[in-house]
Formats: sequence, structure tokens, C-alpha cells
Amino acid sequence: MSKLVLRNVSRRFAEVTAVDDFSLALEEGEFVSLLGPSGCGKTTTLRMIAGFLDPTAGTIEMDGEVISSAAGSLPPEKRRMSMIFQSYAIWPNMTVAENVAFGLQVRRLARPEIRARVDRILDLVQLRLLRDRYPAELSGGQQQRVALARAIVVQPTVLLLDEPLSNLDANLREEMRFEIRRLHDELHITTVYVTHDQSEAMVTSDRIAVMNAGRIDQVDGPRALYARPRTRFVAGFIGRTNFLDGEARGEEVLFDGFAIKLGQFAEPVPRGGPVSFSLRPQSIHLHRGLPTAAAGACIIAGRVTQRAYLGEHWDYAVGVKDSGVRLRVTARPHEVFEVDQDVWLEVDPRQMAYIQ
Amino acid sequence: MPVRETIQTTAVTAATPPGYRRRWRQLDKTVFLWLLLVGVLMLLVINPLARLLLSSVQDGDTGALTLQNYLSAYGRWRYLEALTNSLIVGFAVGVLGTVFGVPMAWAVSRTDMPGKGLVWAAILGTFIVPSYLGAVAWILLAGPNAGWLNRAYISLTGAAAGPFNIYSMPGLVLVIASYSFPYMFVFTRSALDLISTEMEDAAHTLGAGVLRTTLRVTFPLILPAILGAFIVEFLEAIALFGVPALIALPARFQVMTTMLWQFFEFPPKVEVAAAYAMPLLVITVLLFWLQRKIIARKGYVALTGKGGERRPLRLGKWRWPMLGYCLFVTSLSFFLPMLVILQAAFAKAWGRGFSLDNLTLRNLRFVLFDQSATQAATIHTFLYGATASVIALVLALCIAYIVQRRLVPFGNALSFLAMAPFVIPGIVLAIGFYAAYTKPPLLLYGTAWILILAFATRFLPIAYANSDAAIRSVNPELEDAVRILGGSRLMAMRRVVAPLLKRGLAGGFILVFIPATRELSTAIFLYTTGTQVLSVLLFDKSDEGNFEILSSIGLILVLGTVALVLAGFRLVGRDFMLRRDTAA
Repeated sequence: MSKLVLRNVSRRFAEVTAVDDFSLALEEGEFVSLLGPSGCGKTTTLRMIAGFLDPTAGTIEMDGEVISSAAGSLPPEKRRMSMIFQSYAIWPNMTVAENVAFGLQVRRLARPEIRARVDRILDLVQLRLLRDRYPAELSGGQQQRVALARAIVVQPTVLLLDEPLSNLDANLREEMRFEIRRLHDELHITTVYVTHDQSEAMVTSDRIAVMNAGRIDQVDGPRALYARPRTRFVAGFIGRTNFLDGEARGEEVLFDGFAIKLGQFAEPVPRGGPVSFSLRPQSIHLHRGLPTAAAGACIIAGRVTQRAYLGEHWDYAVGVKDSGVRLRVTARPHEVFEVDQDVWLEVDPRQMAYIQ
Repeated sequence: MPVRETIQTTAVTAATPPGYRRRWRQLDKTVFLWLLLVGVLMLLVINPLARLLLSSVQDGDTGALTLQNYLSAYGRWRYLEALTNSLIVGFAVGVLGTVFGVPMAWAVSRTDMPGKGLVWAAILGTFIVPSYLGAVAWILLAGPNAGWLNRAYISLTGAAAGPFNIYSMPGLVLVIASYSFPYMFVFTRSALDLISTEMEDAAHTLGAGVLRTTLRVTFPLILPAILGAFIVEFLEAIALFGVPALIALPARFQVMTTMLWQFFEFPPKVEVAAAYAMPLLVITVLLFWLQRKIIARKGYVALTGKGGERRPLRLGKWRWPMLGYCLFVTSLSFFLPMLVILQAAFAKAWGRGFSLDNLTLRNLRFVLFDQSATQAATIHTFLYGATASVIALVLALCIAYIVQRRLVPFGNALSFLAMAPFVIPGIVLAIGFYAAYTKPPLLLYGTAWILILAFATRFLPIAYANSDAAIRSVNPELEDAVRILGGSRLMAMRRVVAPLLKRGLAGGFILVFIPATRELSTAIFLYTTGTQVLSVLLFDKSDEGNFEILSSIGLILVLGTVALVLAGFRLVGRDFMLRRDTAA
């Protein structure tokens, strides 16, 4: 049985539908991210799971019991979840230890037990030495750790995180991503993580639900999501990509300037009608001379139109010969080509993701 | 184990189909709080106003609908003349207040005038002196013949009589303006503080001189603030009771508020008073609406953002004359009045002047300990003031909280009602309370509660503005964090919101407490012999002409206020009384 199930959940605010027919099931111990641009309804979804908002349609179930529905919802304080807020919401009138102990006091644990648990969790997030400080005396990263400690010390049924890293600077953010994943590997708390940052989602999550305008576009593991985006939105939102529009005719797909046989694709493609593919810039290789084609690869003639050196890699724009198609290609630093140089593009059709 | 129990109840309720118990559990209990608040606001705001309106169109004995009250209220030339006098006083006070306040604000905000701290302190002092005490002081200063200024004039010139007579229309205007110009100062100064020197520099680089820049750039930018303050001063002047009662009545002319007072002389004609109070209410509401419009006008962007670099203007040889002007104005409002009040409070007979053998503590001892009436009044003043402040603040806090957190529909109606008393002159509110609570079913007249509730209502807007600002400063996620960890909304209030608001609310409490301890115009209509407060006592005693006792009572009030203000400084910071949002 799934731990947490959202069944056809919708939420309307007056005229605006913030969340539209959202369905998702989380297994016990699973870490799922809601990823999408701002305004896509991910925070609304999270607040419905927490019980701060009622859905206007659909139900949310935990351990098989309905906890939210349009008719009424269990208030947040009865859900035994915990949440990490965008602002951290560390109570400034309490010390680090008092913040962390709060949830345990509410659960009426014995004093020595509370102390032991607080100490253990503060060790886990490396804050033991700061236990008697007030939040105003802590750095952003330390406050973030207090928020984490406070949320996990109560051993919540579900842990909710609302853009927890958005207020940190870039380096710290990268460090905290791994920290969050490390804590999850240690504690296995069922987690829902809201973010607009794809790398955060990819580092931390078992599965990612990409949201667009209140709906789920695709739910998949990080690798599948990147390699096999199902919609144009997902392909564009997760990483950079090239969109190739063609027409399926007979046994092949005709693109502007080249064609690829149906059998070469990894996925089934409809026979007939317009079709679209996403092709990642890293999946294309550039060659000076005509390469010996690997099995199933497709060789296309082109010319470099623009280039940029970004240190870690080259960013090329290559025009396909006798065609309007321009592809972005990522190449390693030593693969140097000049603008207006004629090149050969090697494309592996198995890496082209068919987009519905 | 309690934790286990919670889970089980959860499971049971979730499993049962929606029943009463589940509905009750899921019902947001804040609805009841909302109903309670609506009830209290009905009692404090709506009922008195409704009764006021109703009384004005009712026959006093039969209760039948009639327009007779309006005919009685406006049927006599005397009554109309009082209305005209009020408007003249209001306008003149506005003009004089502008002449007093604007140059001072400019000097303090934009120039290198010396002694700014002293000027600032004197203006704060002016806020602290109740205007009716100022009137008493001015009687000592410029009473015909015996007033200090007249005596000084006679001894200097050898003339037979002094030129000053406070018992006159100009005297009345001078005293009121002396105590309302701080509004002009505060409004104008905050507007000036927001104009960056860069804005004026921009005009200079385009070839404009200092005068041209001041007239074309600076002045238009602060004009809305000046107009807004003018309106506040006008309204303050026409709603004031104490000063006109002390000065206009002996001078044998009437203004609206003294006229209303006379309608209450035995037998009280409440219905006529209600009808007569209507223009005061209507003018106030309209002018506040106008003031809002002026202040909120778009295009004066400079007034909303912090300006850039600011350099004081060098006054050169005009530095000292400018300071002289500031000290002249504050002498009228603060230094001279406090001097004569202190002298009279510690004098055996104030006319005998400043000498050591004239010094005595008898007056203060008499007021504080010997006479039970004054002793009781002192206790009442601070007790009623404190109770009213607590009521106003708790009410305001609850309203501000549920409005901000959008816990109930129609929250805006609540905040509107909480702010409504702002546009009701104290004297009108008092008549409303009188009309509403002198008859059963709710007979409060004669008890302390009618005073306490009227004070609480009168200063509810101050409490609300403060609570609203305080709650805005608390991120709702702090409360969400309590709830998701298993605490109730109440626990969030107790453990997080309340501790965070403590300081801000202490400041709010003082800001309500200070005016509540000196409120006269409401109290004068609602007190009875057992519920006198110091302001009323001071007014009552003014008939006897015992200025030593009057000054002692006034001094006690002032000292009480000073103690509160100092407490406010410590808690909230130096500018807490002169902030614009709370000063009005």
C-alpha cells in the first residue's frame, strides 16, 4: 500500500485553477520532488498535503485514510507530518535546542528522552555546539540545518520541504542538496520536496514530478526524465535540448535536410503524421571528416554558425546543410572548430526522445 | 501514551463517514472568535452610532420619528453662530499651525540649524502637555491684567494695562494652534525626509536657483503632506472641548463643542445634542476622506520611497535666527506654559511670583493625599486608562490577526469597524455612548465601564494600527511551523506570536494609555460623581479659580505621561511617538 496518495486533487482560487487533477502516489520511504516554474502549483500542492489548504476536488490519503477532501480536512497539527519552509520559519524567540525540542514537547515526551533525541539530531546536522544560540546569531546555512533538525527529530510520517534552499548562496546550496539526500538515506522518511531548481531535484530525489500550469507532465526517476522527456515542456525545462520536428512517412521520419529510419529509434514512433523529438546537445558529436558510422548512427553534414567557450565545454550552434535546422551541440574543450567550418554531425537516434 | 491515542482517534474519525463529531473536529473554531469580535464591535462602535442617529430623529419622550430636533438645533441664531465660530477657529488654527510647523520641519529636516535636539525635545514636550492644561497655563500667562505677560509689559513700559487678553477668539486660536502644530511638523518632516538632495540637485543642474527649486520642486512634493496636516489640525480644532470651554466661555462666545455641552446641562437634551452633532460627524468623515485622497495621490512617488543622498542646506548667518524662531514657537507651546504651571503648582499663591518663600508642597500633597476626590480621580485616571488600553489592544490584536491571516470571510468589515472611531470626534462618540447606554437593557451610565469602554473605542484605531503593523512583521510560516509539528493555533499564538509581539505591543499599549489618561471630551459627558478622572476634575475646578490646585493636577498628569513616554523609549525606541502613522 502506498504511504501517501493524491487522487485527482484540484485547487481553485476564485477564477484561477492552481492545481488541476493532480494524481500521485508515494511509497513508504520514497523521496519525490515536485519540480516546475514558479506559479505551476507545486507549493499549493504541498500546502494541501500539509493540511494548510483544502482541495476543491479530489482526496489526499495517508495510510489508506482520507485526510483531505473538499468536504473537510484533518488540520495540519493532527497529521504528524513536518515541514521545512522557504523562510526556514525558525522561531527567533527560542534557542536552537528549544526550536528542535518543540515538536517533542508537543508530543509530551519525557524530559530526558527529549534531551537525548535533540542531542542526537543536533549531532547529525553538526549543530551541537550551537545548541544555546538564538537564530539571529546563526548563518543562513546553520538556520537551514536547525530547520532540518526540527523537522526530522519528531520522526514525521511525511516530511515536506518547500524550496528550502532558495535563500542560500550557490555553494552552500550545492552542499545542502547532498546533505538532504544523506539524511534521507539515513532516516528513510517519506519526503515531498518542492523546488524550481532541476539540479536540486535530480540530486535529492528518487522520482521527480514535473509540474506545468497546475498539472503533472511527467513523473520519473532523474535519469529517465532527462533521457526520455515525454513532453516538450519537460524536455525544455530539464536541461537544454534541441527540438526536431519531422514527418513520419512510410518506414522513415523526414526531417528538414535529413531522414532517419523508424527502426533506428529506441521508442515506437507512429507511422504517418507530424512527429517531434528532443535531442540533447551532449548526444551529438562533431567530426572534422566523414566519420565511420557506428551501427545505427546517423551522419549529417553541417556548418558551424556560432560558438562559445564556457571553460568546462564548448557550446556550438551548427546549421544542417541545405536546411533551416540549427542544432546546439556541446563538445569537450579540446574539440575546437572554427565558425563557418564544415563539420559532420553524428547523431544516435536511440538517444532521440519521442515527444507526444 | 497520548501520542498513540491521537493516532487512534485520527484513524477512527477518518474511517467514519462525515458525522457531527468529525464536522466539529474539522470546523475552524475561529468562527466563534469572529462572532465574538463582531458582537464587541457592535457594542462599541455600531450601537452608539446607530443610537446617535436614531436619537437625532426621535422625540425624547414618545420615541416617535420627528425632525423637530434638527429644527431646535439649528433654529436659533446663537446655535448657528457657534457652528460658524467652530469653522473659523478650525481654519485659523490650520493656518497658524502651518506657519508654526512648516518652517520648523524644514529647518530640522533640511538645514544645518543648531540645537535640533532641543527643538525635537520641545516638540515632544508639546505632545505631552494636554491642550486643556496649556489653556490653563495661558490663562496664567495672558489673562487680562494679572497674566504674567501683561505684568511684564506693564513693568517694562509703565502702561496702565497689558495688551494681552487670552479670553478672545485670537487667544483661543493661539492656544489650540500651539498644541496642534506638532501634527504639521511631523507630517511635513516625514515628507521632507523622503526627498533626496539629488532631486533638488537635478533642478540646480538645469539652472534653477535655490528659491526656484524650493518653490517648483520641494514645495510641490511636500504639499500633500501639508494639506493633510492642515485637515488634521482643522478637525482637531473643531472637535476640541477643553480649550474652548476654558477660554471661549469666559470670553462669552460659543463653539460647537461648548454648545453641545450646554445641551447636556440639566435637563439634558440628548436628542437635540445628537442632531447638533451631525455636522461635526459629517465634516470629519468627509475631510478625512479628502485627506486620504490627497495623501494617497499618485505621482508623488518621492513620498513612498527612501531618497538617495541628503545634504543639509547651509543657512549661514540665518542659522541662529532660524533656531530663534523654533524656540519662539516652542516657548508658546511648551517652555512658557510649563514654567508657569510648575510655578503655580509649587506656589502658595501664584501671583506672588518666583521667590523661595512662596514655595510649598501643600498643593501637591492636597491633591494626592488630603482630598479624597482628587485622590480617587488620580487612581481612576490610571486605572480606567490602563483597562481601556488593554481592552482596545486585545480587541485590535484579535481583529488584526484574523484579518491578516484571512481566517474568516468579510475580515475587512472588521478592520473597517476597528478604524471607524478614528473619524468620530470624541465628543460625538460620547453623545452616542450616552444615547446608547443610559437606558436599559444595557445601563452602563453611572458605572466606570461606560468611561472605560468609551476610551477603548476612541483609541481603538491607534491600537489597531499598531497591532496590524506588529502582526504584519510576523511571517505566517512561523505559525505554520508550529501547527505542522502538532501545535494548535492557540499554541502558536502563545509560544511564538505573543513573545514576538511583546515589544511592539508594549509600545502600542503606551500609545493608547497616554491619550486615555488625559481624555476630556469623552469623559466630560459620561462621568458621574463616583467616576471622576483627573481631566474632568481639572475642568470642574477651573470654575473655582484655584490655579495652584489646577496646576498640581496638571503636573501629575504630565509626570505620569512622561514616565510612560520614557518607558516607551526604552521599549520601542526614540521615535515611537512621532511616527507618522501613529501620530495622527
